[in-house]
Amino acid sequence: MPGTSEDPPDNESGAVRRAVRTVAPAVVRSGREVVSAELALTVFRQMIRTRALEERSIKMSKSGEAYFWIGGPGEEAFNVCLGLQVHKGHGPAHDYLHLHYRNAGVMLAMGMPMIDHVRQLAMRATDPHSRGRNFVGHYAVKAWNVVPVTSVIEVQYAMAPGTALVQKRHGERHPDQAEGISVVVGGEAGTAEGDFETCLNWSTRPGQELPVLMAVTNNRWGISTDFQAVSAEQRIADRAAPYGIRAETVDGNDPVAVWNALDRAMRYCRRERKPFLLEAMVSRLHGHSSSSGAQREWGQADPLTAFEQRLVDGGAIDPAGVKGLWDEAKAEADAAVVAAMREPEPTREDVYRDSYAPSEVDAVYPNDYTGLPAAK
Amino acid sequence: MATIAQAVRLALHYGEEHLGVTDVFGEDVGPPLGGVFTATQGLRTAWNTPLDERGIVGTAMGIAYAGGRPVCEIQFCDYAFNVIDLLKVAGNQRWASAGEYEMPVVVMTPTGAGIRGSLYHSHCFESWASRLPGWKVVMPSNALDAYGLMIAAIKDPNPVLVLLPKALLRAKDTRLIPGEPAEPDELSRMIDAPIGDRTDWRPQWPDVQEYVVPIGKGELVREGTDGTVISYGRPLPLCVQAADELARDHGHSFDVIDLRSIFPYDWDLISRSVQKTGRVLVVNEDTEVTNFGEHLIRRVVDEHFYDLAVRPRALMGKHVPGIGMNQAYETNSVPQLGDVRAALRELATDPA
Repeated sequence: MPGTSEDPPDNESGAVRRAVRTVAPAVVRSGREVVSAELALTVFRQMIRTRALEERSIKMSKSGEAYFWIGGPGEEAFNVCLGLQVHKGHGPAHDYLHLHYRNAGVMLAMGMPMIDHVRQLAMRATDPHSRGRNFVGHYAVKAWNVVPVTSVIEVQYAMAPGTALVQKRHGERHPDQAEGISVVVGGEAGTAEGDFETCLNWSTRPGQELPVLMAVTNNRWGISTDFQAVSAEQRIADRAAPYGIRAETVDGNDPVAVWNALDRAMRYCRRERKPFLLEAMVSRLHGHSSSSGAQREWGQADPLTAFEQRLVDGGAIDPAGVKGLWDEAKAEADAAVVAAMREPEPTREDVYRDSYAPSEVDAVYPNDYTGLPAAK
Repeated sequence: MATIAQAVRLALHYGEEHLGVTDVFGEDVGPPLGGVFTATQGLRTAWNTPLDERGIVGTAMGIAYAGGRPVCEIQFCDYAFNVIDLLKVAGNQRWASAGEYEMPVVVMTPTGAGIRGSLYHSHCFESWASRLPGWKVVMPSNALDAYGLMIAAIKDPNPVLVLLPKALLRAKDTRLIPGEPAEPDELSRMIDAPIGDRTDWRPQWPDVQEYVVPIGKGELVREGTDGTVISYGRPLPLCVQAADELARDHGHSFDVIDLRSIFPYDWDLISRSVQKTGRVLVVNEDTEVTNFGEHLIRRVVDEHFYDLAVRPRALMGKHVPGIGMNQAYETNSVPQLGDVRAALRELATDPA
């Protein structure tokens, strides 16, 4: 594919420019949006960690340590800003997350250790999300309300109204716990599925509006298909209009803009107990998955290098500081891989395990599935 | 004396009051209608949804994730085909998440022919459902079992599909549900919504008691020695009637098994009976190619080949695209009483 290779293209201007400022700024701006410099650096660090983990993951899929990679390089700004703003916890007082398979940045920003991602990628028995059963990025963390990620595109949009319904009722009964929302994330291609419309419709039944944040990360591509070739829509966010849902389209590659857009959208869902549709325009830096090679596509805008440039230009960090963050993140990812690869793999005994929860009313499988029903 | 529709309603009421059911929902499930078969009339937590089966099952999953106990209805199983992938996802959530998430949802849906339902109110679903690992699938043939299986489905922390035979939904049981008034018409006066305006109507619920039919437990409804008949749902009463007629007229006696659970199924009961009789017939109304009955026959052949006196048989629906509106289509493609009687007679008299 033209424009793709492992190495960055020659850059005549050399490395990132040095800052001219000597005093660290208090804030970082983007147009009329602003975040504190401290927050910007937190976001930046998490973006680097996410990228380092994804790049190490791609390497694993190519080295044979893993069989398949899919993920979200190019979506770090959106994912990290989302993960940092989630009300994390278990139960309806906290946020529910209906993610898809490009959300490593959300999970790392929430505090997932890198090794839990690698355990799934490396198909280990210790994989807490799926015991080596599912593709990478298919997280499931009950303690944080992260419901299982499913490869089937857009099914999460059919489920989000259910968690939001429980959250809305919970908040009405417990006014001090009335800010939990359901966040559902998917790509733009999946909005062609009926489940997207299901979410819009079920979230706006008159008098029964639901606190659902529908986030569409629009990278323009469904595997190899250009969205603009299969859909007449100009903006996904316009789909909200017939339902009276508030919506916004934001540059998902701009962490300052996306932080504030998420803050507004989440605040609205939390306080108004109504849905919001947020479309974030993002990049897809390594193609759809390892099935399409996962080569870097240098023509796509990179949210990480752009943010780095802005932070350095503004004097929020210097190149040595950037390098330090990268060294740290790469070392963390390498250590996670080394540790995970030493852990055991699933065995024959794991095949049936966790098919069924224990049931006092089941005469055949009171504890778990054990193979076809047998004569006693 | 309740009908299956009333029994389901009573079980859901019991579930709301005692088992933590938070939501009973689906198309036309809430007031004023209370379900196209009246199975959800008067229930405290019943509500109407958009006409969107995927939304129904997806929302049920979401409610379950967040700690609720949903019971949802697909109005006819004929409209469950567009949710088969969501059913598959619901069935795999526990396995896929390494035990993190349970999926305590109950989906109920009327199944099978017999209501003059034409192409799209006559489908069967049990063979499709049997291919949804992670689910439990039950199918009562009478009101008391419907009550007991629905309560089991609610109590079970796994996804349970309750298939209700359309043609039997209004059939009255001869037995009483525990707590049901003994006077035959009293139950109807207490819990059936009046015709016409129902704005101010409220049901008077009898104090029904917990009664569980364990999932995976069949029932031997007739005992005999000349053959084993395995059935469930709508054809089950036909099998019983045919067996009784053959006993009276020809002196043949049969083990008639009401399987009640499609998965897990009561292999113990089947196995013991086949060893005793050496003759086995499976009767259901689903279409005959890749029919759940074929799986049972395969296991009988695998495990009881040398116990069999004659070839095992299955009487099933014809492999046709649908049931036509003219009754000729149904009577000639779905097993009828005469077909069942002939198949039983042949089973008993086939020379060993």
